[in-house]
This record gives sequence, structure tokens and C-alpha cells, in this order.
Amino acid sequence: MTRYDSLLESVGGTPLIGLPRLSPSPDVRIWAKMEDRNPTGSIKDRPALKMIEQAEKDGTLRPGATILEPTSGNTGISLAMAAKLKGYRIVCVMPENTSEERRQLLRMWGAEIVSSPAAGGSNEAVRVAKKIAGEHPDWVMLYQYGNEANALAHEEGTGPELLADLPEITHFVAGLGTTGTLMGVSRFFRSAKPDVRIVAAEPRYGELVYGLRNLDEGFVPELYDASLIDSRFSVGPRDAVRRVRELLELEGIFAGISTGAILHAALGQAAKAVKAGERADIAFVVCDGGWKYLSTGAYEGTVDEAEDRLDGQLWA
Amino acid sequence: MAIEVRIPTILRTYTDGAKAVDGSGETLQALIDDLEGNHPGIKDRLIESGDLRRFVNVYINDEDVRFMGGLDAELSDGDQVVVLPAVAGGAGSSAQPVGR
Repeated sequence: MTRYDSLLESVGGTPLIGLPRLSPSPDVRIWAKMEDRNPTGSIKDRPALKMIEQAEKDGTLRPGATILEPTSGNTGISLAMAAKLKGYRIVCVMPENTSEERRQLLRMWGAEIVSSPAAGGSNEAVRVAKKIAGEHPDWVMLYQYGNEANALAHEEGTGPELLADLPEITHFVAGLGTTGTLMGVSRFFRSAKPDVRIVAAEPRYGELVYGLRNLDEGFVPELYDASLIDSRFSVGPRDAVRRVRELLELEGIFAGISTGAILHAALGQAAKAVKAGERADIAFVVCDGGWKYLSTGAYEGTVDEAEDRLDGQLWA
Repeated sequence: MAIEVRIPTILRTYTDGAKAVDGSGETLQALIDDLEGNHPGIKDRLIESGDLRRFVNVYINDEDVRFMGGLDAELSDGDQVVVLPAVAGGAGSSAQPVGR
């Protein structure tokens, strides 16, 4: 179906695109799930819309309500788009050092922005949002890290789409942030095709990002259930940049940096399959396009230079 | 058998500020016991009630040990072990310069 009654109706149904040059052999193939084709250009349109619909259904979100969310990026943009079309007010809590592109985009879609201290990164934004929620009991915090509708959007959407387009799928690889994509898609496959391996790619940032973190006050999203994942890889900025450039160079796809990290993990699985002499059809998520990350310097100069520029940034 | 262990900033008080130290052991448990010998106190920051602490992530050659047998995960000469605190993230959280 390519005709929709409104923008919101067009969320999901993204294409799955083969990568013949990055795939190691005809028996071990890699497929890109193009989530940048969603209305605001990222995978987050799926959970954002589902969380809003669920809250409307259970009565927590009523006409004219205010939505509150800790987000420094795509989820905020997706929520702001849906809130605008549905007539809600939205307040996003984001670290004060978030890029200007993000702030402008959010403001264009009508979001109000509350800044949280830079030092604590996303952890701190979550903490501040929880505090604000306590002060405004009438505001609705959808809270993507703990909202089951986040995972449900993928269990009902992303997962079934993948199986329909690639019945021979053997691996699914996605990024680990809120964990919603992996939890939802895994739940779908655990019941529909249990032999599909679920692989998480987690961004590994520079030391400055972790520097101040207390080991007793870390953060694990409430949605996370380790039993739904088969392996989990930590991918640093160098590999992410290298892969995101290869994706453009070899396959013509211009993706965001976090997608490079996911592709790196997918290629790792592909290499293992080749070594073991096994057939594999590996689907991975293209989370968004590279546009919003041009100012990070990841796409210019040598990989060494890009790695230096990303040091200290939350690049995924 | 030498295994490089990368230490997060928060734990460098135990390693005299060293970013990476060498250790040995055929499992992660043995490696951490070995580290404790040279850097007393570090074990208690990594392990609680016989398991890895909830907000501590340990990777062997970039793979999360929780999916490789946890403290029983096997190690080989030349492996690289990375210890990191758990942090919040999300696909497409924006690029944020921290501390610069």
C-alpha cells in the first residue's frame, strides 16, 4: 500500500534492501531494514506512535494533555510530530550540550525543551524528567525506557515485516538503547521462528562519557530482558565510522553513525557464518539517515580524524 | 598468559591511575581474582554476591560476558577485556560533546 490517509498512517512498512557488495557470499547475505524511511526519518516513529496510541486507549492521554519525555534525539522528534498532529503539548528533557540541529528540529515540530546538566548525559536527562513528572502529576511521561508499547511496536510491526520479506532470516541485529527494538522483534521471533539469533550492538563511547559514572548508579532500561538476546557486542566509534562509510561507499546508503555500529556487529555474524560454513540471512536495522550527524565530523577526513572528533560525544 | 584489562576512570583509584592493566586467568572469575592480588579492593567493585554487579558491563573482545557464561566465560592469551559502567542510550540520541 502506498496511499495513506495521513502521515501517521504511513509509519512502518519500510523496505528491506539487500547488500550484495557487503555480503560475503551468496550463502551469507546481509539485508538492511530501512527505518530511515519513516515519516520523521527514524525508527523511533514506530514506538512514539504506539506509545501515544496506547496511552490514548488506556485513558492516560486525554485531549489537550502535556507529554513529557527524556530524549535527546529521534524519539523526541517522532513524539513531537505525532503530538502536533494529535493536538498535544510536548516537553522534551535533553542534555544542555545537545546539538543545535536537534533543538531546531524539535522546536519546529513544536516541542518545548528543558535542559538537563551536560555532565550526566542521558542518565541525567532521565533523572530530571522523572523529577519534573513528580512535580506535574497531570503531565504524561510516556517513558520510552520502560514503556511496553515501545517493544510492542516492534513485536507487531518490525518483526512480522521482516519475516514476511525474508522468511529465511537467521539473524536479527539492532542497536541497544532503550532496548525496545530488540525486545519486541525478539518476542516476535521467539514465538514465530525461534531459531532466529537476536544480536545486540551497543555503542561504546569515549572515556569522557563514562568518566563520571558511578558504578552503583548505572542505568539499565526497565524494558531490558537479557533472556531475549543471544549475544551482545560493544562497538567503538572507529568501527562505527568505518562501517557507516563502507555502507555508503559500497552500497550507496547514507546512514547515521549508530547504524555503522550495528552493521559492524552484523558483519561479525556474517564472518562467523562463513567460517562455520553455514548459510545465513542477516537483517540489521538502519536507524536513521546521516543528515543529523554531519556536524559531528564523522563523515569527513580520515577515520582517525573522525574517531578523534567523536571522542567524548554520545554518537549513538 | 597475558590479558589486557581496560579500567574505567571510576576504578582507576585501584590501579594507581592506570587505564589498562595486565592480568591472567583462564576464566573471567580467575582473571578478577588475579587482579585483586595486584589491585586490592577492585574485586568488590565488580562482583556482588558471586555475580557481576548490575551496572558493571564486562566485554571480552567486544562481546558482553553475560552472554558467554558470565564469570565462567573463558579467556585466551591475547584477549582484551573491557570494563564499563552501564549508561542510558538510544538509537539516534544526539551527538553531545561531553566535558569539552
